[in-house]
Amino acid sequence: MTTTIEGIAASRGYAIAEAFILEAPDTSFHKTKVEDPEAEKSRFQKAVTSAKQELEAIKAKTLKEQGEENAEIFSAHLLVLEDPELLDAVYAKVTEETMNAEAALTEVSDMYVTMFEGMDNEYMKERASDIRDVSTRVLHHLLGVTHTSLQDIATETIVFAEDLTPSDTAQLNRDYTLGFVTNIGGRTSHSAIMARSLELPAVVGTKEATTRVQHGDQVIVDGFEGIVIINPDENQLREYEKKQKAFEAQKAEWEKLVNESSVTADGKHVELAANIGTPEDMTGVQSHGAEGIGLYRTEFLYMGRNELPDEEEQFNAYRSVVEPMNGKPVVIRTLDIGGDKELPYLDLPEEMNPFLGYRAIRLCLEETDMFRVQLRALLRASAYGNLKIMFPMVATLEEFREAKALLDEERQKLKSEGTDVSDDIEVGIMVEIPATAVHADIFAKEVDFFSIGTNDLIQYTLAVDRMSEKVSHLYQPYHPAVLRLVQQVITAAHNEGKWAGMCGEMAGEETAIPLLLGLGLDEFSMSATSVLPARSLIRSLSVEKMERLAAEALRKSTAEEVAELVREKVTSDE
Amino acid sequence: MQEKTFTITSETGIHARPATQLVNKAGQFASDVNLEYNGKSVNLKSIMGVMSLGVGQGAEVTIKVDGSDEEEAMQAIEEVVKEGLGE
Repeated sequence: MTTTIEGIAASRGYAIAEAFILEAPDTSFHKTKVEDPEAEKSRFQKAVTSAKQELEAIKAKTLKEQGEENAEIFSAHLLVLEDPELLDAVYAKVTEETMNAEAALTEVSDMYVTMFEGMDNEYMKERASDIRDVSTRVLHHLLGVTHTSLQDIATETIVFAEDLTPSDTAQLNRDYTLGFVTNIGGRTSHSAIMARSLELPAVVGTKEATTRVQHGDQVIVDGFEGIVIINPDENQLREYEKKQKAFEAQKAEWEKLVNESSVTADGKHVELAANIGTPEDMTGVQSHGAEGIGLYRTEFLYMGRNELPDEEEQFNAYRSVVEPMNGKPVVIRTLDIGGDKELPYLDLPEEMNPFLGYRAIRLCLEETDMFRVQLRALLRASAYGNLKIMFPMVATLEEFREAKALLDEERQKLKSEGTDVSDDIEVGIMVEIPATAVHADIFAKEVDFFSIGTNDLIQYTLAVDRMSEKVSHLYQPYHPAVLRLVQQVITAAHNEGKWAGMCGEMAGEETAIPLLLGLGLDEFSMSATSVLPARSLIRSLSVEKMERLAAEALRKSTAEEVAELVREKVTSDE
Repeated sequence: MQEKTFTITSETGIHARPATQLVNKAGQFASDVNLEYNGKSVNLKSIMGVMSLGVGQGAEVTIKVDGSDEEEAMQAIEEVVKEGLGE
C-alpha cells in the first residue's frame, strides 16, 4: 500500500531506491546464573573476538578514507577490548559469581563508565561514551543482534533514521546512499546541512517516517516538496522518473553558468559567495563557481579534538582558503562556539538558555588568550589574499570596539616582529541580534561591512527555538518584521558607503532572492550547491521590478502573504 | 626489577594518543608493568587503568617493570615517554 509522509524539504533533488532503516537494536537481557561458567567465558571471548574483527575492519576503512586522525578513535576502542583489567573483571564475575556474560560485561563497563563520568575533566567524561560504545558492540555479538552501520550499506538505498549525527554521516557510504529521511530536525539541523553539502536529496522532521517504512520498501524522496512516498504506484514512479530526468537536465543547464557572472537582467552585479566549514570544502566552492567565500566557520577547527588549535595550525588553515581564491573576497568568522556547539575541553558552564548565553564574541572577549591566537593567525594569513574578518554575535558597539582593539594590538605586535600583514583588512560584524539590526545606522559608522546571519536573527526576532518541533512553524524567514530588519541593515550600510551581505540559509532560497535583490543586498552567501541555481535566477530578474516587489512585501501583514506575493510576481513572470 | 621516575610535561597529561601508545608498548612484553601515581598503582597494559589515574601536566609518575624481559621493556617504554609525554 502506498503511504505518503510529509516533512521539511532539507536538500533538493529526487531519489528513488530501497529503504534502509538505521536503528539501535534491542539489547535487553536478563541477569541469570549459568551452569557452565567455562563455556560462558568462552562465549564471551568469542564475542570479543568478533567485535575486534569488526573494529579492525572499520579502522582500516576509516584510515584509508579519512586519515589517521579519524581512525585513532577505533585504536582506542580496540585497546579497551584488550584491556586485561576489564577482561579479568568480567571473567571473575562469570567464573566466581556464575553470572551470564551479558550481565558481567554490563556491570564491569558500567563501573568504568561511572568512574570516568565522575572525573573532573571533560576529556575523561567523553571517554565514558567510548567505553559504552565498545561494550554495546560486544553485547550485540553476545545477543546475536545485528548492529546496522551506514558503512555496511552495499546496495542503493535511502537511509531512514530518527536523526543523523555527525558520526553517522561520517560513516555514510556515498556510493550507495541516494538520499535520507529523518524523524526530527529542521532546515538548519546538522543532517540537513550535511545533505546539502553532499548534494543528497533529503526530507527531515517527518516525526514518524521510521515507523511507517519497512526495510527494503521502495521509496521516493522529493527534496523539493518535502515529501516521502513509500511503495509508490506505477503512475507515481513514472512521474518521479520524469521529474528526476528534468532536474538532471536543469542541473546540466546550471553547470553552464559556472564561469558566468551574477548580473541581473537589467545589468546590476551582485556577489554570489559560498559558506564553508573547512578547507576541504574549497573543491565545492570552485566547482560551483562561487565568486567568494561569504562565511568561513572557523569553529570546526576547534571541534572534535582535545586541545585548542595553535597559531600555526590556524594560519595554515586560513591561508589554504585565502590563497587559492586568488584575490576574491574571503570572510572569515572568528570562533562562534557556545549555544548548540560545545567544546568539551573549554569546560564551559551549563546554561539554562545557551543561545542567549556565553557564546561567540562574548566568550572570546573573556578568553582573550585564546582569541588573540586566532587573531594573529588571521592577520598572518591576510598577506596571502583578500581576507576579511567578521565578529559573530555582536550586540553592543563596545564589544565591536573591544574586539577591534585586540586585533589592532596583535597587528602592531606582528608588524614590529617584521611579519607581513595586509594593510587593508576589512573588519565587519555578523548581524544576528535584533538590537544590532535596529542600531545598524550607528554600527555602520564604525564597521566595514555587515553580514546578516538569518538563522539566528529569525530565531531571536520571533523568539522561536528553531529546533523545537512545537513552535517551528513560527520560524518564519518571510515574516514582514524580519524583512524590515534586513532592510534597515542594508540601508544603514549603504548610507555610510559600506556593503551588506547575508550568510544565513535564507540567502540561497528561491523565494528570498528576489526580495533581497529588491532590498539592495550586495552579497549573497550560501551552500556552494545553491550558487548556480541562484545565479540562474538572478540573471532572469530585474532589480527595478524587484525593488517594487520588496516595497510591497514590506507592507504585507503575514509571512504567507509575502511568500504568495513572490510566487505570483516572480514565478509567473518566468 | 626496573624502576624509573618521570615528570609529565605534555600539556594534556597522559591522555588519548600517548596513553594508547604506552599501553600498546607495554603489551608487547611479558614482564609485569605498573604505573604509579599519587599513591595508586595500575597495570600499564590496561588502558582503563592508565586513564583512570587522570595523570595531568607536571605530575611525577613511577614506572616499575618486573619480569624476564624487563630491561628491554623499560627501554622501549622510556622511549615512548620521551617522545611526547615527558622526561
